Amino acid sequence: MSVQDLEKIFQDKIDADIRIEPKDWMPDAYRKTLVRQMSQHAHSEIVGMLPEANWITRAPTLRRKAILIAKVQDEAGHGLYLYSATETLGTGREELLEQLHTGKAKYSSIFNYPTLTWADMGAIGWLVDGAAIMNQVPLCRASYGPYARAMVRICKEESFHQRQGFEILVTLSKGSEAQRRMCQDAINRWWWPSVMMFGPNDDASPNSAQSMQWKIKRFSNDELRQKFVDVSAAQVKLLGMTLPDPDLVWNEEKQHYDFGAIDWDEFWNVIKGNGPCNMERLEARVKAHEEGAWVRDAALAYADKVSRNTVKKEIA
Amino acid sequence: MSNQSVIDRTQWPLWEIFIRSKQGLDHKHAGSLHAADAQMAIENARDVYTRRMEGVSIWVVESKHIHASNPDEAASFYDPANDKVYRHPTFYDLPDELKHM
Repeated sequence: MSVQDLEKIFQDKIDADIRIEPKDWMPDAYRKTLVRQMSQHAHSEIVGMLPEANWITRAPTLRRKAILIAKVQDEAGHGLYLYSATETLGTGREELLEQLHTGKAKYSSIFNYPTLTWADMGAIGWLVDGAAIMNQVPLCRASYGPYARAMVRICKEESFHQRQGFEILVTLSKGSEAQRRMCQDAINRWWWPSVMMFGPNDDASPNSAQSMQWKIKRFSNDELRQKFVDVSAAQVKLLGMTLPDPDLVWNEEKQHYDFGAIDWDEFWNVIKGNGPCNMERLEARVKAHEEGAWVRDAALAYADKVSRNTVKKEIA
Repeated sequence: MSNQSVIDRTQWPLWEIFIRSKQGLDHKHAGSLHAADAQMAIENARDVYTRRMEGVSIWVVESKHIHASNPDEAASFYDPANDKVYRHPTFYDLPDELKHM
């Protein structure tokens, strides 16, 4: 069968909402796009553990500490679901990690910002996880089966993350003057980076059309961003706080919020590696991987020893 | 496991994970993970796939032991079932008055 025929069968399946599974024929570009997007997503989950792990030892109560540990553990799990799904496309775990550690692969820029106060745990849960959910819910219907299934699992767990974050902010917003200031400060610092999480504007996102045609993507960056702004602008009122955007105003005609211009220079700058914590995050990741090497080796050596003993016993 | 693979491997092998969500239901494929051996695969599967009581039983199978049908041959492979609608109960034309059947 010619490549054109195979491509036609492939696109027909996608158009008919039939999922593509690992052993099905797929265009190289589809495979490459998926590996890039899914591994980037997996890396984001893993690196995303770092800013929050920063506060586990300093959580204000045991309840908060237990919740934060559970949340960070979830992120590890999400990374794993996504790495496993990516591996079904023929790229091994070791190679994926190598790409992260050498800086060849990207992760979400949001994790290159520092977590300065406890309120950041609230703002991350509410805004960062909120933006992630907005992005991820449509991915539960992505055309590649293993990706979609991983996303279903992730989305089920992500809701707790957002709710615990908002609860932290609700508590602070009802607290002392200093706590309310801390709450507002965290919202001020996390708002714009969260808005940027949806990626470049549609007219500056050249790969979007192809991803839409392949049904990897179901909504455009700007559509999802608008939805996020609308939802958040309403939610912030419950906190008695504000979003740091003087141009944020309800547009009766559009039935959406208008919002201010995004600082894309900052966005590209952080992507290029010049964010406040890029170096620190990557170093922490590489250090954890290298210092864990003996554990991986020891586990293998032990498994080999047990299996050799089993073989000996069977022979005897 | 052959001695050859013991010598060659430097990475933890890949395992497929199957979870029984409650007694009375089948084990269902949940995903995969890397682990040094079966025991570790089961423990990792517990940590990864049953953090919220999603399972009461876990099976792990090293991925290399899974053999699968070829999707490229699906059309001919499943062809024998294509023209046998009479295997379905709705194929039969029976009087409307017929009860309990």
